[in-house]
Amino acid sequence: MIPPPPGTGGGFPRHAMATVILQPAFARRLTGGVTNLDIDATDYQALVEQLDEQFPGFAEAVASHVAVAIDGQIYPNPLLEPIGPTSEVFFLPALEGG
Amino acid sequence: MGNEGNKFKWVGTRQVRPDGVDKVTGQATYGADFTLPGMITGKVLRSPHAHARIRSIDTSAAAALPGVRAIVTAADFPDLPSEVVAGGEAPVNYRHVSCNTIARDKVLYEGHAVAAVAATSTAIADEALALIKVDYEVLPHVIDVADAMRDDAPVLHDDLITSGVDPAPKKASNIASRTEFVLGDVAKGFGEAEVVIERKYTTQPVHQGYIEPHAVVASVAADGMATIWCSSQGQFMVREFCAKLLKLDDASIRVIPAEIGGGFGGKTTVYLEPLALVLSRKSGRPVRMVMTREEVFRASGPTSGGVLHVKLGAKHDGTLVAADIELAYQAGAFPGSPAIPGCMTAFACYDVPNARAVGYDVVSNRPKCAAYRAPGAPLSAFAVESAMDELALQLKMDPIELRLKNAAKEGTRALYGPKMPTIGFVETLEAAKAHPHYSAPLKPNQGRGVASGFWFNIGGQSSAAVHVNEDGTAVVVSGNPDIGGSRASMALMAAEVLGIDYNKVKPIVADTASVGYSFLTGGSRVTFATGKAVVDAANDVVSQLRARAAKLWKCDVEEVVWKDGVAYPAQGQTDTRTQLSLAEIAASAARTGGPISGKACINAGGAGPGFGTHICDVEVDPETGRSSVIRYTVVQDVGRAIHPSYCEGQLQGGAVQGIGWALNEEYLYDDKGRLLNPGFLDYRMPVASDMPMIDTVMVEVPNPTHPFGVRGVGEVPIVPPLAAVANAVARAADVRVNDLPISPPRLLSAILHK
Repeated sequence: MIPPPPGTGGGFPRHAMATVILQPAFARRLTGGVTNLDIDATDYQALVEQLDEQFPGFAEAVASHVAVAIDGQIYPNPLLEPIGPTSEVFFLPALEGG
Repeated sequence: MGNEGNKFKWVGTRQVRPDGVDKVTGQATYGADFTLPGMITGKVLRSPHAHARIRSIDTSAAAALPGVRAIVTAADFPDLPSEVVAGGEAPVNYRHVSCNTIARDKVLYEGHAVAAVAATSTAIADEALALIKVDYEVLPHVIDVADAMRDDAPVLHDDLITSGVDPAPKKASNIASRTEFVLGDVAKGFGEAEVVIERKYTTQPVHQGYIEPHAVVASVAADGMATIWCSSQGQFMVREFCAKLLKLDDASIRVIPAEIGGGFGGKTTVYLEPLALVLSRKSGRPVRMVMTREEVFRASGPTSGGVLHVKLGAKHDGTLVAADIELAYQAGAFPGSPAIPGCMTAFACYDVPNARAVGYDVVSNRPKCAAYRAPGAPLSAFAVESAMDELALQLKMDPIELRLKNAAKEGTRALYGPKMPTIGFVETLEAAKAHPHYSAPLKPNQGRGVASGFWFNIGGQSSAAVHVNEDGTAVVVSGNPDIGGSRASMALMAAEVLGIDYNKVKPIVADTASVGYSFLTGGSRVTFATGKAVVDAANDVVSQLRARAAKLWKCDVEEVVWKDGVAYPAQGQTDTRTQLSLAEIAASAARTGGPISGKACINAGGAGPGFGTHICDVEVDPETGRSSVIRYTVVQDVGRAIHPSYCEGQLQGGAVQGIGWALNEEYLYDDKGRLLNPGFLDYRMPVASDMPMIDTVMVEVPNPTHPFGVRGVGEVPIVPPLAAVANAVARAADVRVNDLPISPPRLLSAILHK
């Protein structure tokens, strides 16, 4: 087994948190204009629950019509997708195609 | 037919498609081919006006006509609330779908369905339509997207308040929504720019041009159970839409997919199916409805046209420092243009630190737009890639070098937020630059254009099953209509996993009662997402085969390995166990536990984005303005070509459709908003004799989230051609036309006025 890097306590630094980044228009509607938020969550559902606590109505707003991008991968119907301590999370309009 | 040096036995080989013989011998059953005993014919009465209020509809004379068995109007449909709800994987306003299927209160475009009749013959149905009296109050209409945005434009929907604007407007307009994406500081970026290109572009709505018109047979039994046979891009979509529009349970509708004669996105919604279902329910007879070509043009959705303003800022060395686009897309009669993906894809090819995209979704008195390959992306790519060409000319740079200098790579942040995963855009540019086409000499009046394009590709919900037959052959069952050769791809992937001959695997597309839910065929998702489900189902079968071998050998399953369709004792086993083929295990299935069947139901994430770069040569006749495409090369990252021939076919087809969009296709309306060219003679799509052979280069940068590296391929190839053609024409004619189509009269006018 490869030992963890020195000073990490066997994993990522405890203070590391996922970053949620919102488009300005989305932020104006849901977070009072805050576009970058640090959230300590291990999966998508927990992340949304925390955002909803801070910004009531957030969970309902992202319950449909949106997809989520976690570290560059787009998920159309997220629920328990893992969130890492350094993950970047974006909310996007739901995507379709022809 | 070989595997061309790849590491797989079946994946990547060019096998005969399983549906090929039926199609070339005329045996394939399309939507209009199906018949049932006692079947009658349904026809639709359509609005002659572009915009009118319906005061009354009198069907009494038609109902009295002998042979008429049922008549439906909007009164036969539930009056649904106007609300956007989750539908499949995208938001849907079912009231809008319902009102588009059959007009309620107002007609919003010429061709809008007003009533439908079912009769014992087509002649009687036509006669009955003529007897229906509709009292219209004709209203002012608006066709053009820019006109529809004016303050004094006739308003289509009294309750349409622009969303995405703060504060919300107090009065209704034709602008359904405003959406904005921002990255970095655009003003600061343009402040640092040393060269700025700013242009306006327009494109016209264009039809998908599928050869098979919409067609359906519906039969409602006495107990209310409905069966629908139709060609569509999703049998589950048809079921869902019919159920929602008619307030029925999903389980009371069975949709059986027919072969499909082209869709390209245009068959991702319903037009006739709910009408046929209600006509059958009222008449007690099976009802068949088939659109004429004229109806397809007047009443089914093309993709949007648009007005686009683009601004690019760069350093003298070609480095992009800022980019801005404002686009307005025409949605047709109801909201829902692809303005958002138009914004999101506009600059996705490039690493631009400061960018903004604003999109408007605008309604007007035209048929409700429908999806068309990479919805929204070709329009914004036309604008951005044309501006990039002008930037290259101004900087005296090679257009591919300019794109290479700014190309998105893994880790590049897109305007819409996330960083790009593993992608192959640079590889397509390098392959295009190295292609002999790019350095071939040109003659007088000839020009060469280059353009690139991007599409997300999607995943989503898919189900699949793999059944092993008693003789060791297998059936692959999936729930996605095959519009591009997907059955062959499903069979190839299953054969690869099972380790048996491709010809022993028979793929079928099952109906809604015979396979788990599968989102529709669209978004270039099927070979990726449904392919993943097939691979999972085949792996499930392999696990069962290993377990059966373990039973026969009286050992643990871990002691059995599966390779090339055969169970072997695991390495290190030294006893006398012999090999067992799939056929041998299948033959003994009854003794080892019964049938062997695997299944998978997944929601696939991780679709790999696709990029392409096109090279186009045109020759311009300066006396007539006619442009002829004389050479064309498509380079695209396909991830992994499961069936190379069908990937190449997608690349060629997308390019040809994009060339038609660029050069010829447009809807022509008279001053009353009536369509003047609802047929292929006057709506000019390219035909084989217009085109050179489209050369293809498949770059393979595997998508790490798919077991074989698949990326969607069907949509990217329609994104670059509009600009590739326009850039070639601009260089051939020494005059640039920023309004599509670049038809002979338009180009001639530009040449004469340059």
